[in-house]
Amino acid sequence: MPHPDTWLCVRPEGLYCRPGEFYIDPLVAVERAIITHAHADHARSGHQAVLATAETLAIMDVRMGEGRSGVSQQVLVPGEVVEMGGVRVWVQPAGHVLGSAQVAMEFAGSRAVVSGDYKRAADPTCAPFVPIACDVFVTEATFALPIFVHPPAIGEARKLIASVALFPERSHVVGCYALGKAQRLIALLREAGWDAPIYLHGALMPLCAAYERLGVRLGALRAATGEARERLAGAIVLAPPSAIADRWARRLADPVTCLASGWMTVRQRARAKGVELPLVISDHADWPELLQTLDDVGAPEVWVTHGAEEALLHAIALSGRKGRALRLLGYGDDGLEEAA
Amino acid sequence: MIAFAELLDRLTLTPGRLAKIALLRRFFETEADPDRGWALAALTGELSFTAAKAGLIRQVAEARVDPLLLGLSYDFVGDLAETVALIWPARTEAAPPSVTEIVATLRSRPKGELPGVLSSWLDGSGPNVRYALLKLITGSLRVGASARLAKTALAEFAAAHGQVVAPDDVEEVWHGLSPPYAALWDWLEGRTGAPDAAGAPVFRPPMLAHPLEAGDLAALEASAFAAEWKWDGIRVQLVRAPGGERIFSRGAEDVSGAFPDLAGVLPADAVLDGELLVVRDGVVAPFADLQQRLNRKSAAAKIVAAFPLRVRLYDILFDGAEDLRALPFVARRARLEAWLARHPSGRMDLSALIAFGSVEELVAIRAGTRAASIEGLMLKRLDSPYVPGRPRGLWWKWKRDPLTIDAVVMYAQRGHGKRSSFYSDYTFGLWREDGELVPVGKAYSGFTDEELVRLDRWIRNHTTRAYGPVREVERGLVLEVAFDAAQYSGRHKSGVALRFPRVARLRWDKPFEEADRLETLVRMIEG
Ligand SMILES: [Zn+2]
Ligand SMILES: [Zn+2]
Repeated sequence: MPHPDTWLCVRPEGLYCRPGEFYIDPLVAVERAIITHAHADHARSGHQAVLATAETLAIMDVRMGEGRSGVSQQVLVPGEVVEMGGVRVWVQPAGHVLGSAQVAMEFAGSRAVVSGDYKRAADPTCAPFVPIACDVFVTEATFALPIFVHPPAIGEARKLIASVALFPERSHVVGCYALGKAQRLIALLREAGWDAPIYLHGALMPLCAAYERLGVRLGALRAATGEARERLAGAIVLAPPSAIADRWARRLADPVTCLASGWMTVRQRARAKGVELPLVISDHADWPELLQTLDDVGAPEVWVTHGAEEALLHAIALSGRKGRALRLLGYGDDGLEEAA
Repeated sequence: MIAFAELLDRLTLTPGRLAKIALLRRFFETEADPDRGWALAALTGELSFTAAKAGLIRQVAEARVDPLLLGLSYDFVGDLAETVALIWPARTEAAPPSVTEIVATLRSRPKGELPGVLSSWLDGSGPNVRYALLKLITGSLRVGASARLAKTALAEFAAAHGQVVAPDDVEEVWHGLSPPYAALWDWLEGRTGAPDAAGAPVFRPPMLAHPLEAGDLAALEASAFAAEWKWDGIRVQLVRAPGGERIFSRGAEDVSGAFPDLAGVLPADAVLDGELLVVRDGVVAPFADLQQRLNRKSAAAKIVAAFPLRVRLYDILFDGAEDLRALPFVARRARLEAWLARHPSGRMDLSALIAFGSVEELVAIRAGTRAASIEGLMLKRLDSPYVPGRPRGLWWKWKRDPLTIDAVVMYAQRGHGKRSSFYSDYTFGLWREDGELVPVGKAYSGFTDEELVRLDRWIRNHTTRAYGPVREVERGLVLEVAFDAAQYSGRHKSGVALRFPRVARLRWDKPFEEADRLETLVRMIEG
């Protein structure tokens, strides 16, 4: 039985399945790519053949322009097996953002699962993570330090609503990444009872519309740009993290600057970004979720991709498993940290 | 403790003063007694614990957490209390301690029991409470809310209960109170009258002067005013009462501990207002000398001897138990002189009155202040009662004309609150002999909102490097910077620091090569 490290390897372009002749989330355009989810650091454009869930393909169309993800596009349906060069390939939800999927591969009797980015906490805007038993599990490690224990996200949404009640004459502007975070926050606010229209920076609108088309109900949304300042008093406004403390935010009514991110756990991060109300809402697994997932998939061997590898490898060794750092470059950097 | 921890987190991150007051007020309204009182004491710096040190935190954490993971986490977070607050393994069986319980326990339990007590508290708390708890017991709560802000919030809290209470009213009784402040809440919520501070050495809110501007000068009626020199020290209030003696800063902070050489300075009960100075052989030393004595909780004997203090008295608020504040200035001045004659002291003297006959004569006197190393003039209406705050028209401060230099903008930083989207704080420099531009100071005021918009645009278009909220910019923008004095300092590479720098003019017209040289500034240093 060939060990997965004989058929799954790291190349400069990214993680490559040799017999199947495909890359997973390659950093550059390639012949054949399976894309776990549509975040910019995982989904690049211009491949020959691109395989992903229907939602991920639809979101890539919105982000890159129709048909720009690849010359040919193939929908992967969760749980349905596709054969490529003798490799049985299928996807299952990763619970990260809408359409996000883990890639399971079986070759000559051994099975590897590439999780992509994932989380285990409930998210009304995407299907929950499905653990797949495997021999090698490839995990992300964005929040792989024991200091990261994300609180229930609904509590963070309630915190935001309570702050609006305390400062009804001010706008609350929340920095949140355009894909996944914004829609989840909107859904959480609805769940917490916020029925009023939610105002959006222009950069967030296309993806919110895409989510709606894909069946995620977000309630009344309005453009913040062009709205009178008085109308924005007491309103919740969502914008990309880069806009919340910049010139764009000057149109708002004495804004309370908020940021929704797993990094907001650390006070110094909030302080450095001038955030007045940090909201700890993350798309990624926290430390207990990472450890729980390793137990759930039961893999004797774990490969760690981007993030805080050292701590996770230490915990993997303590649990009697074999661990390895893949050192895939190019993920989670160049300012995309804000996406977390 | 949950509400207190949440309050601390928000106060730390909230830049706006009004927002901070709103947060404090809501806390006072929703928190029960005696917890809110103990919390108020913690916020105003009246509670300080020294039993717990960083070593204790490390000790309890290492007993619970894998040392390698603790180390990696600490490297990431950079603050031990925060790291431990976040990493502490959750156990939910117990409830977090109340502020009251923490205070009572730390005061009563022997030190040896502390590790066990702390561990069980951490077990019962969530991460935010753990953080607040660790900061509280190590005496390192820094929340960016001054004691004055808390008192303003208390006054607003009282207003919500139909009570007319000014922040100064709270100030007047504050130092006679002790936590958890039952008498204070009774008063603010309208159940009783103001607490009786009789006999306690309490702070009295000081009377402040308005800056004199050109229009005010034209209207000035010379015969109605007395003039004094404006001393460049720090304003202090000396208090002695049957309950003890205190030295307060202008901001109501009890600074007695920093000035052991002033212990027992008042031989009789009184409240006196004056300026704290370093004086050698009758000559007032530059402010830089006084700085050697400030921001210290205690003072070493060597420092005390090298920087001898003197309080130069302006005013008398109480003589014994007699409140003199309603008397006119001239009458108080006579009482002050008589008091000092009765109680002569080597550590106090009188701020002399300056004789003058006309406004013109005053103008001439002021013109000579820079040569005499004096900060300017104070003008006080002869009939002015001692009114807390900054009433208009009674006292004027009339500083000497500022010095100016033309300096080149080197870095810009984003402002706070309403200015957080603008690059509004500018580090500027002067040319050194070797052709290098060296920073000499920072200014963030002195321009209009329209000018700020233009400055912000210029900074964005001329950025060469960005470091977080700071941008390095091309040489190109010259500011005329006004300042009150220059002094030697190790804080800047240039070796010089400015007192009260502000932007006097934007010199869009001036080529940056023609900005001033560092030597020019060095020549302006006094003393
Ligand atoms: Zn992602
Ligand atoms: Zn990622």
